[in-house]
Amino acid sequence: MTSPTKGDSVSTSSTIENAVRVETKRQPLPPRERLEQVFDIQDLTAIYGSKPALKGVSMEVYKNLVTAVIGPSGCGKSTFIRCLNRMNDLVPGFRQTGTLRYHGVDIAGKDVDPVAVRRTIGMVFQRPNPFPKSIYDNVAWGLRVLGMKDNLSDRVERALTQAALWDEVRDRLKQSALGLSGGQQQRLCIARAIAVEPDVVLMDEPASALDPIATQAIEQLLHELKDQYSFVIVTHNMQQAARVADMTAFFSISRGAEGDRWGELVEYDATEKIFTAPSDKRTEDYVTGRFG
Amino acid sequence: MSAAELSALQRPNDRLRRRRIANRAMELLAWLAAAIAVALLAIVVWSVAKRGASALNIDLFTKTPSALAGFVPNVQQGLANAFVGSIVIVGIATLIALPIGILVAIYVNEFAPRKIRSGINLVLDVLNGIPAIVIGIFVFGLIVVTRGQSALAGSFALSVLMLPLVSRATIEVLALVPSSLREASLGLGVPRWRTTLGIVLPQTIGGIVTGAVLAVARVAGETAPLLFTSSLVSNQIEWNPTHPLYSVPLAIYELSEQDSSADHALAWAGAFVLLMFILVTSLTARWLANRSRRKLTGASR
Amino acid sequence: MSTLDATPDLARRSVSGRRARLGDLLLQGVAAGAVIYTLVLLGLIAWKVIQGARLSLSTLGLGFITTVGWDPVHDHFGAAVFLFGTAVTSIGALLLATPLALGIALFLTELAPGWIRGPVTALVETLAAIPSVVIGLWGIIVLGPVLRDHVMPALHSALGFIPLFGPVGTQFSIFTAIVVLTIMILPIISSISRELFLGVPAELKEAALGLGTTRWEMVRGVVFPYARGGVAAAMILGLGRAVGEAIAVSMVIGSFDNGISWNLFNPGDSIAGKLANEYATANPGLETSSLFYLALILLVFSLVISFLAQVIVRRVAKRQGYA
Repeated sequence: MTSPTKGDSVSTSSTIENAVRVETKRQPLPPRERLEQVFDIQDLTAIYGSKPALKGVSMEVYKNLVTAVIGPSGCGKSTFIRCLNRMNDLVPGFRQTGTLRYHGVDIAGKDVDPVAVRRTIGMVFQRPNPFPKSIYDNVAWGLRVLGMKDNLSDRVERALTQAALWDEVRDRLKQSALGLSGGQQQRLCIARAIAVEPDVVLMDEPASALDPIATQAIEQLLHELKDQYSFVIVTHNMQQAARVADMTAFFSISRGAEGDRWGELVEYDATEKIFTAPSDKRTEDYVTGRFG
Repeated sequence: MSAAELSALQRPNDRLRRRRIANRAMELLAWLAAAIAVALLAIVVWSVAKRGASALNIDLFTKTPSALAGFVPNVQQGLANAFVGSIVIVGIATLIALPIGILVAIYVNEFAPRKIRSGINLVLDVLNGIPAIVIGIFVFGLIVVTRGQSALAGSFALSVLMLPLVSRATIEVLALVPSSLREASLGLGVPRWRTTLGIVLPQTIGGIVTGAVLAVARVAGETAPLLFTSSLVSNQIEWNPTHPLYSVPLAIYELSEQDSSADHALAWAGAFVLLMFILVTSLTARWLANRSRRKLTGASR
Repeated sequence: MSTLDATPDLARRSVSGRRARLGDLLLQGVAAGAVIYTLVLLGLIAWKVIQGARLSLSTLGLGFITTVGWDPVHDHFGAAVFLFGTAVTSIGALLLATPLALGIALFLTELAPGWIRGPVTALVETLAAIPSVVIGLWGIIVLGPVLRDHVMPALHSALGFIPLFGPVGTQFSIFTAIVVLTIMILPIISSISRELFLGVPAELKEAALGLGTTRWEMVRGVVFPYARGGVAAAMILGLGRAVGEAIAVSMVIGSFDNGISWNLFNPGDSIAGKLANEYATANPGLETSSLFYLALILLVFSLVISFLAQVIVRRVAKRQGYA
């Protein structure tokens, strides 16, 4: 950030610089060649009906890191991560092209069962959506259906503990999950997702519906659980990305000749670099708050 | 992740395979259920159409049933008196049920306090749930026991069946009229009654007509209420509502009990005309409903 | 505006004000009259049926309910045969129709490609519009022989060790009535269930599928529990419809009044069916009064069913609001 004309944006960028350097408890990243790949995405294009929502996304997602996806609204962030666990299959008229390699296996192919994919690539949604069941059953239901019934209670307790919810709910496991606060419900949804022992957890703006304290709790969770799972988190909050993410992918909207728009991956790098010395001007404009 | 989990993505393990089979099986069952429903409808309509259409001729509308039908070949018979009777009975029933049903709806929507509103809705639901045969017996005890059978008694019985249908449809449509419309009229100084009759009600004509048409389609095929109220009929084509009149559903009911194929053919013909009438009126009602809904939502914009 | 100008305005308004108030009162009065008519109607129905049954109520009492047999010649009247017939036909129809209806509803909400949904929904609703006398006619001439010649013998040879599937008689049987009733109550249960399934929030379904469950597991774990109360109400409404159906049942059930047999392939009778059959022949006095007694039982059933359905609907609405 050395351009002398950015007078009014200096405060924003220095806040982020602070966030990047001071607030994070992040370890420095090893060089990329030494990181294990979880996803290897090549030229991913997502199309609803006849309109492409995303074009030509190519990036890797690394194991045991938090990867953030940021960008202005409408740039296809949600579409992108829903491609990763084949959730977009549920939308009629959806198609995706390109390769989506997960530990070397292309999971975008027709011969891959989305049910198997979603078992190891879990998802937490924007608004907490616990089942109208008891707290215990919210976590236990998935375990039962997926055949992980041994030591059920232990598994439930472990998941709730990992989600930093156990102490708050241990005495009311049989009560309805709908009686919990928003932040607690979201942590329950996290517990539900990690109970089935996924490899990757995708999060679509997990804290956007929560108050700051609940948000902080979720971010703390990401930091603690990183060594067991790999996280990909969509966020519209740049400070959040700066706080929690190791790698950050910046998506933006491109416009075509006939007025059509689609999302594109602009830049993907270590978070520190994205926020302090981005290579692409569009990235710089976005993270300094000049647009979006 | 383990190699086992990874390979599960491409070659499912036993458990996943079992779950997939169960999923597939339930999918097939659901498809089967839908196919059965469609097939049932198709079979019934096809039976009626095939057997009924072949018995359609001008006699159907000009002659009356003949007692000679099983014995003498090629007897000319028809259901003219049944058609006439049905028109009279259903027509009078509509004349009774429509105004009362609309007035009930007006009271519920424009005048009734909240608690009374749910009470009246409850009463309408209960009335709707009473079996048609009980209604028939009720009218039998009320009118027929002292004054004998008549088409009017049958009409009254049918009107009891129509009342909840007309009321509920009108209540729904009245509720759709935006209160801003009422407020605008009242704000101009137009009295309540004028507002209701002159501004609100005309907005709902489409929905009311739809409700009325659906109610007519519903009772046109009702036999049970007429069994006790308008079944001792003559073989002449009559229009006098103070006498018991024949009706199409009753004709089908009685003809089905006969042994002769000629009578059965007549029953099918009657069933065909009745079914066509009901299907056409139901479709018309649905078309009217869509049109009136578009008009209302257009008006509120 | 000066007071001089204002006064004629006010004067005019007070005259029309009185007329307006009169009009308002008139409309409210007439409308209230219609409501009172409706209430009186309901009361009259109950009263007339009770009144008609009074002779039989006082002569035969509650024993009527358990007495088997209907013999006008010997003044022997009992409702047991008809209660049994109503119970077996209605419950049988409910058992057959509910899984079919749920299957149709699931098909329409989860499986059907977009262009099929509209037509199939309309088709199922059209099934509901077919008058009972037409279904009865079809039942006598088309369905009955098919059941007698193919379905019933097959069931008897496969399951004959169960008393329900005993020797086959004519096409007029309890079994035929069950099939006919199933067709008639299928649309009610199906369309209510369909609305319920459509109302399940997409986010709940996504949450389940996101865990890696199959569609059926998601339906079983999320959709069914969510819709449970409403489906119960739909089943009760379907049951009510089956209990009250007189015409189609009387046409195919065979009218056997003097014994109770567990063989579904035997003829039988139901309350509503009996009432329909007697329209020409009832003698005044104890026989007619006993018919009114039967009608009273039917009326009580329908009131209980209406009440139950209301209770369930209210409880579901409350839970939905909470959720």
